[in-house]
Amino acid sequence: MPFANTLRTVRLALKSLLLHKLRSGLTMLGIVFGVFSVIAMLAIGEGASAQAQKQVLSLGATNIIVLTVKPPADSQQSQNRGSSRSMQVPAYGLLRSDYDLLVSTLPTISGAVRMREILSEAQYLQRTINARLVGSTTEYAEMNHLQMLRGRFLSDKDEADMANVAVLGAETASTLFPLEDPIGQTVQVRTHRYTIIGVMRSRTASAAIGGSMSGQDFNKDIYIPLSTFRVRIGDIVFTRLSGTFMAEQVELSQITLKVREMADVVPTSEVVKESLRKSHGSKADFDVVVPLELLRQADQIRHIFNIVLGSIAAISLIVGGIGIMNIMLATVTERTREIGIRRALGARQRDIISQFLTETIVLAGSGGLIGILLGLCTPLAFEGLKGIVNNFVLDRSSGTSQMSKMFTEMDPKIAWWSLPVAFGISVGIGIIFGIYPARSAAMMDPIEALRHE
Amino acid sequence: MYAARLIDLTKFYYLGDNVVRALRGVSADFPQGDFVAIMGSSGSGKSTLLNLLGALDRPTSGQYILSGYDVGKLSDDDLSQIRNRLIGFIFQSYNLIPQYTVLENIQVPLHYRIDSRNIGSAEMNRCLDLASRVGLGDRLDHRPFQLSGGQQQRVAIARALVNDPEIILADEPTGNLDSQTEKEIMDLLTNLNREGRTIILVTHETSVAKRARHQIVMKDGLIHSEGMFTTEGEK
Repeated sequence: MPFANTLRTVRLALKSLLLHKLRSGLTMLGIVFGVFSVIAMLAIGEGASAQAQKQVLSLGATNIIVLTVKPPADSQQSQNRGSSRSMQVPAYGLLRSDYDLLVSTLPTISGAVRMREILSEAQYLQRTINARLVGSTTEYAEMNHLQMLRGRFLSDKDEADMANVAVLGAETASTLFPLEDPIGQTVQVRTHRYTIIGVMRSRTASAAIGGSMSGQDFNKDIYIPLSTFRVRIGDIVFTRLSGTFMAEQVELSQITLKVREMADVVPTSEVVKESLRKSHGSKADFDVVVPLELLRQADQIRHIFNIVLGSIAAISLIVGGIGIMNIMLATVTERTREIGIRRALGARQRDIISQFLTETIVLAGSGGLIGILLGLCTPLAFEGLKGIVNNFVLDRSSGTSQMSKMFTEMDPKIAWWSLPVAFGISVGIGIIFGIYPARSAAMMDPIEALRHE
Repeated sequence: MYAARLIDLTKFYYLGDNVVRALRGVSADFPQGDFVAIMGSSGSGKSTLLNLLGALDRPTSGQYILSGYDVGKLSDDDLSQIRNRLIGFIFQSYNLIPQYTVLENIQVPLHYRIDSRNIGSAEMNRCLDLASRVGLGDRLDHRPFQLSGGQQQRVAIARALVNDPEIILADEPTGNLDSQTEKEIMDLLTNLNREGRTIILVTHETSVAKRARHQIVMKDGLIHSEGMFTTEGEK
């Protein structure tokens, strides 16, 4: 009955450990915190990566996003050279012809949508909001997984009629119309008024793309038909910046392509880059973002993150193990007499080894279990921590800063596979760091041990 | 029929260049049911002989035959089994395991039997019998520190008997006890001997040695003399 034997050895080990509760508890601490930090760090990492994945996926896994990027300042200057006196409006970015070219030449895409955006103040009565005015077509909502809360989205007929209609993002609607029903009202952007035909459902921001730190926030949007945008706003946009006017000419801000097959996404993006590079020449005024690639990058980052965390955890567990070994060596010396008695009564060397090894394993294993329990409390503790940080550390004005946002949006998720792994590691530590003390106990000369005071 | 035989037993210790000849050729026979006291001053080789008799050590030369086994030729594991099954130890300082209760201390040798380690109802009854036999049937849950010296030694005697050994080795069993308790413990040992148990007792007190059937006096690693005191308890 080897099982009954093991059970008895474990019970005896527990008994010896409970004899010195404080010492055993303190000895366990190293493993407790080691295991706790493994689980907590993995949970935070997992939560962060799950959030990143969600954000990237919200861009659309099969989408290719082509963005207009403002070219670096020196290339603009070189364009303006020789006509510095006259007002030269720099033109850059995606062209309507680019859209036609892509749509007509790419066989792997199932859909495409173009849009033009400017940041502008929107107004209703005395209420204003710094909104993003987006000119686009009816496919835009579906392509970006936007859902209607009320009313309808832009239609093909709006596009054809160059209708003066607008659909509001959730925050735009709630800011401009806190009490009233926005539908049927008019919103003023720049010098034009648009009749509101719909309101979008609130949506979490998607992943940051095109090198900007902030994710795309669709809640502050105002959507109007692309044709309306072209006739009302035009391609040239003036902005006043610290006393001087700045003007720039952009035809399209973004083209989103939907690829039919997941496998075609990356090759198609290469074709897009190649064909745009041909038509745009040396001007670096566009960027191609592939969410699928972002996802892959996020996975890679998570991988590195896990390796780093794993090494830190490994070090702390080794330190804990050394602590256990130390105490076990002291225990063996202290219990020399007991070892001598057991040897005299017939214990073989391997019996002594199994006794002390079991004690170390039980010690490390219980430390592991306590660490796991603490680790399971991580999400809860994190919520509490968030509350404290929000209330006492961050003041209202910095409440929207990137760092605090990153922190408050963090949501640790326990990686369930990490629990048995952590327990296994702590038991393994018990074995590794228990062998030496147990061996030194077993190697004692029984006569010497019996004489030990 | 001999329980144990010593044939020209020697034991040398090598300390650097010096050789300490602790035993220089000891021969003795211990018939079954014998009760012998080994006496001698310190340095006489008495302790070395006891260690050899207890299978805690191997002789340098010569033979120690215990219940048919040549102990000097056995492996460490086999020596452990010899100690477990054939020898019952009683020490001067009792040597109970402090974290265990009386009952658990009596059971310890059962855990180290190589063939049947689990404690069934038969073994349990045996432990309870032995405990009441030594007068501790009502103190089974006590820890050693809750017992007097005499009581602790009784636990040790019960523990020595639990595996029904061939010989009982008692090393100054009454060295730490007052004369009244000494008498009680010696009565217990005498009774065990009457039941046929072989007892080898190491002592330097004549009063204790007199209780044995015969005495061996050690001197300078050799048996100096063997004698028969008249035993007071004997009729």
